[in-house]
Amino acid sequence: MKPIERPVYLNLLRIHLPLPGWVSILYRLSGALLFAVLPLGVWALSVSLADEAGFRRVADGVAHPLGRLFLLFLIWAFAHHLFAGLRHLALDVDWGVDLPRARQSSLAVLLAAGLVTLLAAWGLFA
Amino acid sequence: MKSVTGSHTGTATWLLQRATAVALALALPGLAVYFISALPTDFSGWQALFAPLWLRVPMLLTVAALALHAWVGMRDIFMDYVRPTGLRLALYLAVIVTLSGSVAWLAAILFGTAWSTA
Repeated sequence: MKPIERPVYLNLLRIHLPLPGWVSILYRLSGALLFAVLPLGVWALSVSLADEAGFRRVADGVAHPLGRLFLLFLIWAFAHHLFAGLRHLALDVDWGVDLPRARQSSLAVLLAAGLVTLLAAWGLFA
Repeated sequence: MKSVTGSHTGTATWLLQRATAVALALALPGLAVYFISALPTDFSGWQALFAPLWLRVPMLLTVAALALHAWVGMRDIFMDYVRPTGLRLALYLAVIVTLSGSVAWLAAILFGTAWSTA
């Protein structure tokens, strides 16, 4: 057998991340995203409550297809972060730590966030 | 000399993150239901949604908990990926300014006199 060349440089595109790994990295990304949009949300609230024109501006922004798409993306991020967070709380108390159940709960997190996003898409676009 | 970037902060920070997580998991869906179930299409209706004190106080507390939660999370991310101490401390500062600024701004919106007396 040929020895593996060292050092091994990791190609992120060729790594096959297991399901719990996907949940974990998306947990981080969604958390960072939600942090980044907090000031944006406070700004939008400020504009929308300031006067009639500001309210129209924010309402039009949310009504725009791109605005709705962004909102849907945020809803997915929040749902994923919420469900992955609940999974973490369960792991904290040693629930579902074994590999088969960790994989099952990861799948459940991805599906639950997907389901919430689908329902939100239905509400926003239908 | 003791390190400026770390000492005895682990357990308390961990607990803060979990406690705020539980509070947010209860409060944010609750607030979402309140807003979605009574979403108005006009300005006065939108203002009226924020009129009750029993909404404004929990809303501000929720965002304050969110700020604490986000602080721990962003700190964790920077601790994992940003090795140069100076840069990491600068990023910490940026996060603290962003979060405390957002909470202060929200407090001004919810409890200021700009719109509530209009």
